Amino acid sequence: MAETIRLEVARYRPEEETEPTFDAFEVPFRKDWVVLDALNYIKDKLDGTLSYRWSCRMGVCGSCGMMVNGEPKLTCATFLSSYRSGTVRVEPLQNFPVIRDLVIETTDFLRKLKSVKPWIVAQNGASSQQGEFLQTPDQLNAYKQYSMCINCLICYAACPVCGLDSHFVGPAAIALAQRYNLDSRDQGSDQRLDILSQHEGIWGCTFVGECTQACPKQVDPAGAIQRYKLTAATEWLKSLLPLGSAK
Amino acid sequence: MRQPSNEPILWVLFSAGGVISALFIPALLFLNGLAFPMDWLPSPDHGRMVELLRYPVAKLLVFLICSLPLFHWAHRFRFTLYDGLQIKHLNEVIGVLCYGGAIGGTAAAGYLLWNLA
Amino acid sequence: MKTASTYTEFHPRWHRTRISTYWWMGRWAYLKFILRELSSVFVACFVVVTLLQLQALNRGPVQYAEFQRWLQKPSVIALNGISFLFVLFHAVTWFNLAPRALVVRIGGKRIPDIAIAAANYVAWLVLSAAIAWLMIV
Repeated sequence: MAETIRLEVARYRPEEETEPTFDAFEVPFRKDWVVLDALNYIKDKLDGTLSYRWSCRMGVCGSCGMMVNGEPKLTCATFLSSYRSGTVRVEPLQNFPVIRDLVIETTDFLRKLKSVKPWIVAQNGASSQQGEFLQTPDQLNAYKQYSMCINCLICYAACPVCGLDSHFVGPAAIALAQRYNLDSRDQGSDQRLDILSQHEGIWGCTFVGECTQACPKQVDPAGAIQRYKLTAATEWLKSLLPLGSAK
Repeated sequence: MRQPSNEPILWVLFSAGGVISALFIPALLFLNGLAFPMDWLPSPDHGRMVELLRYPVAKLLVFLICSLPLFHWAHRFRFTLYDGLQIKHLNEVIGVLCYGGAIGGTAAAGYLLWNLA
Repeated sequence: MKTASTYTEFHPRWHRTRISTYWWMGRWAYLKFILRELSSVFVACFVVVTLLQLQALNRGPVQYAEFQRWLQKPSVIALNGISFLFVLFHAVTWFNLAPRALVVRIGGKRIPDIAIAAANYVAWLVLSAAIAWLMIV
């Protein structure tokens, strides 16, 4: 008799019920299986109606983020063997509306991300005809860590403020804003500052630090936010001084 | 267009207060609150304290130690109530009580130190 | 519970979980965070005691001696003892987290976090020693 492991998977069928429920499944236990493998097994063999997102299955697309035993994880990077001794409870990512089963609604995040202008804002008149931007390795290192974000939203699930305050822009969006602010090719810091320095843009953050703990790509969004608070505060202090650089 | 927000100044005060609290308060609290009352170390008497505080630098330092940590508390406590107890509807009341308290304490510190000739 | 679901204009109603008032008890990391934030209450406590001390100084040697006796009451010692632990907790967490906000790059290389934290701790030790020396000697 092959070894099995018990998965308790959250279900939400909006056309049938108003509250989520849990379905239990016995899934084969294989040492090299991750939680995503177990979910795929359930969908293939046990219950084809289970809905969830996944894609690359190797930790680079950011699709498969879910709560595993209360902690936000990439299910393609979380081994069943870590939970050998008990059941594995799989729920949709916290702090987001649930559309169905394990699928969450992310439009709010996408709106917040777009608002911080996550692209190179080039100098006036700069065009590709003038040749490529040159960047030294040191200039790259200034923002490289923040460019590793895969938009998996695990940091939003880990952050209590994201759940408590819908106006808070959130860890990933601010880290990505920093990725461009610190990029030597970018000229858009001022535009981003206008968006982010509003109440609860970045100021909702109380440096809990769970976003950095949970991030699967070591982006350190908490660090990015604190640095940005310092930048925003310095800019504000500078704006008080009559140095003739009024905007 | 920048929407005016109070948050930058409040965060600056919070940070400054945090730095002052971290650097000065542990030693002062240990000495004044534990070591001197429990006679672990000889405590300065009234005359010595007044003599120390005669210097303007000392007065300024004590003023900052009394004022900035209160703003640090006000900011942190306001967010803790806001997030911890989810009482957003009382946001203005909490703000006034917290920062108002800090301003009051600052005023008291200023008055007391000014009078200590 | 199977009841007919409600539809919004475009789709079945999404489910939004209400955050419990006790969310901060759900994880040790959250509880540690709340304790760290509450350390600010004890910081404020210290300031209040200091203001009382300044007031006693203003009133003269007799009143100040009375204030010093008040500080010796067991309840006050207990309060100050607990305050001291929380203030210490504040200082340690503050210095450990400071490098995340204060990123200094010299010649294109970032100064390691531990160096920034160490500088903070050294400053703390030096200032504490100076205060102790001023008040005791």
